[in-house]
Amino acid sequence: MSIELAQRVLGMVPAGVEAEVFVDHMARALTRFANSFIHQNVADATTTVRLRLHADGRTASGATTVTTDEGLRGLVSRTLDAARLCPPDAGWPGLAPPAALASEGNWNEETAKASPEARADRVRAFVDAAGGLETAGYCRTLHWSAAFANSAGQVVTGRTAEVAMDGIARVEGADGTARVASGRLSDVDGAVLGARAAAKARAGAGAVELPPGRYEVVLEATAVVDVLHNLSLYGFNGKAYNERQSFAEPGAQQLDAAVTLVDDPLGDTGLGIPFDAEGTPKRPVEFVSGGVTQAVAHDRRTAAEAGGESTGHAGLGVRTRGALPVNLGLMPGPAASSVEAGAVIDPAAASLVAGVERGLLVTDLWYTRVLDPKSLVVTGLTRNGVWLIEDGELTRPVRNFRFTQSYPQALGPGAVLGVGGQATVFPDPWGIAWWTAPALRLASWNFTGGASG
Amino acid sequence: MSHFDVAAAAVQAALDAGARYADARVMHRRYESMFARNGDVEELTQSEDAGIGVRALVGSSWGFYAVPDLSDGAARAAGGRAAKIAAASARVPGPAADLVPVQARTASWSSECVIDPLSVPLSDKGDLLVHATKTMREHGADQAEGLYHIWDTEKWFVSSEGHRIDQRIRECGGGIASIAVGDGEVQRRSYPADRGQYGTRGWEMVESLDLGAHAARIADESRALLTAPPCPAGETTLILGDEQMALQIHESVGHAIELDRILGWEAAFAGTSWLDLNQLGSLHYGSELMNITIDPTLPGALGSFGFDDEGTPAARRHAVKEGRWVGVLAGRDSAAVAGLDYAGSVRADGWARLPMVRMTNVGLEPGPHTLDEMIAATDDGVYMDTNRSWSIDDRRLNFQFGCEIGWEIKNGRRGRMLRNPTYTGIGPVFWRSMDMLSSEVVPWGTPNCGKGQPGQIGHTGHPAAPARFQNVRVGVRG
Repeated sequence: MSIELAQRVLGMVPAGVEAEVFVDHMARALTRFANSFIHQNVADATTTVRLRLHADGRTASGATTVTTDEGLRGLVSRTLDAARLCPPDAGWPGLAPPAALASEGNWNEETAKASPEARADRVRAFVDAAGGLETAGYCRTLHWSAAFANSAGQVVTGRTAEVAMDGIARVEGADGTARVASGRLSDVDGAVLGARAAAKARAGAGAVELPPGRYEVVLEATAVVDVLHNLSLYGFNGKAYNERQSFAEPGAQQLDAAVTLVDDPLGDTGLGIPFDAEGTPKRPVEFVSGGVTQAVAHDRRTAAEAGGESTGHAGLGVRTRGALPVNLGLMPGPAASSVEAGAVIDPAAASLVAGVERGLLVTDLWYTRVLDPKSLVVTGLTRNGVWLIEDGELTRPVRNFRFTQSYPQALGPGAVLGVGGQATVFPDPWGIAWWTAPALRLASWNFTGGASG
Repeated sequence: MSHFDVAAAAVQAALDAGARYADARVMHRRYESMFARNGDVEELTQSEDAGIGVRALVGSSWGFYAVPDLSDGAARAAGGRAAKIAAASARVPGPAADLVPVQARTASWSSECVIDPLSVPLSDKGDLLVHATKTMREHGADQAEGLYHIWDTEKWFVSSEGHRIDQRIRECGGGIASIAVGDGEVQRRSYPADRGQYGTRGWEMVESLDLGAHAARIADESRALLTAPPCPAGETTLILGDEQMALQIHESVGHAIELDRILGWEAAFAGTSWLDLNQLGSLHYGSELMNITIDPTLPGALGSFGFDDEGTPAARRHAVKEGRWVGVLAGRDSAAVAGLDYAGSVRADGWARLPMVRMTNVGLEPGPHTLDEMIAATDDGVYMDTNRSWSIDDRRLNFQFGCEIGWEIKNGRRGRMLRNPTYTGIGPVFWRSMDMLSSEVVPWGTPNCGKGQPGQIGHTGHPAAPARFQNVRVGVRG
């Protein structure tokens, strides 16, 4: 149906006008719980038609959810009018040429058709497994299908389905968390996540305040997600790179040799539509290999400005924020199966903790904001558990810190002391994006304030 | 069928499917934005969306369903689906839910609008941004950006208690920014604020900003910042400009007084609040100069409306009075849980999202001083303005904010420009240290307040004035 809609709109565009149409249908359902009961339970199913036109050297774009003939004709008419009134677009990169997809996307029927009861049952299991601790979080399922057609002859379709669960358990002022995303509904077990969150919360009770300063850290995989997110948004963003606001220097050894970053929506655990907003097929893109920066993400416009090719990262909606990787993953290090994870430490972090003489285990980084985009100095707070590590053991829970830290510097050559051997897929806290992360042991992290100021 | 009829059909279907309360919002939104860079229009976007969102209460459990289809059949199906989802919620039920009473009304409301922003020719709007960004480039900007956003929202609300309310809210605003790239760092100056200034007004709002007149100044300042000395580190007297004060209010007061956060409903994501309802009416939040109101009736401010998305009429009340915490932002269900008798602060980001507790206009009443008086009365301190970064913990206590620009204050005079000014503190300690507050209040608009899952973007207003604070830690660096 989506491809028929896309071609119907394309057929309404006058000859001689370059046009691209992206139709997506998103059915999203999210069951949210707090104080150990379901307090919000929502679903919507929305089809959006996005049109971009380039006529007489001028470009405009528009979108609508009104898919009647009248609504679609209105979209075409408004966008044409807008294009005529716009100044010339000297940087128009042209439309994506016909190109085959590498995959139609990862799809799972059971996930796509998950019922409100299936989500509620996972919440029930999370709450029960927390053993009476107060709990909060969500279980989400979505299915997303898309079709793209342009007047250059590129026509592609794809779909994906996702389930994600993210929750906390709380006791005596301490929160513990567990979360995961997957394409398969059966991968998400509320009981496993609830038990894990509760164990971490209990282990976090009675936290003490430590003085701020530089500490060696093990970032659990959940915390590494924030590092990936900010590297994507500010570092590997092709627009930021073109404007010299990114730290990225392709070809340079900017990060530790243990760091390899790959954006891949198509692999076994990949999620997302297999083409971008301009119809360019997605493919795995290595942004950092062995610490050497390899590439930045480009859409067709930023690629043309940089003299390169699109990497398939044109985003939906406002494109002025640039092209971003939205399936970025840190490749895991060598497996280390000899260390027992225990109830508190993320299994992906256990072997890293064992090697730390004195440092901190950090579960989440929260409310991070960039002080300077080029050096990527970020401030934020820890959340959902911090523990002191002494001689390879967790010795006591620690109250939250504020930090102010350059992320590329934290990952710089010689600064990465270990990468966990197991990676997990996590949902983005805000948008439709996914991050794949193992735990990470870093030589130094700059904590600039304690919980009391 | 009228939009009211469609909404009524959805409500009836939810009741027929077992709901004991239901409401529905039909919404039609038009949006336009333009972004210019370095003298060219880089992106023009126009969008339209329309649909219906239905909320159903079955027993003590809520359900919500939304579709972009305004036919009678789709509306009825959405009502039934909302009730079905609510029934599924009962697998993990909460305590008995109630709603504080609101008189059912038939009403109509529109925001003030002198110049319809969507009817202003695109060429005029483009010329404005092109001119301003060209000027910034001529004055040394490495990247010169200009933008505006326009929202035109119509909504029709029907509840099973008898509400029939339609509203039209037009919002717009814009701004410009100059970015200077140095050796290893980037400096930014924007006018009138990062992302601009916004209100529930017509295009006259953008015209009043006079963007072009400020382009050269901010470009010059962005370049000058590259070689300015860094903000010194330590404790000092801090004066904040009104735009930064708006952000300070938003983050450390506005979110903290959201009742859903106080009740733990946002614990896993946005977070909770350091405020305890047992202290409502007695807690010493700030100095006696601190008077903060919740006021959606302010003409032209970005958080203004006639009725919230539960049909509660807009009303002004104090959140903080002479430094004492006295009020919260509440919805009908959260107010009932808390034992309060007022709601009125529930809104949704479109028809496809669940209405939730949001800020309206949360801001300061005027103080007795002026900015000039504050500077003249300060022997040694720092003046900071225009927010650049913001971070605060999940209880809304521990914050660190960065501004675009700072100035040294020595012996009652504004001195050298300072780069990378930051300050940090704990909310109530900070507010209790406020010893001077200006009367020069500006109703700043924040068009990008994120909350909820799925994420919702809220539009909030924050009347704010320059203020002075004592013993604040500044100059935090990585």
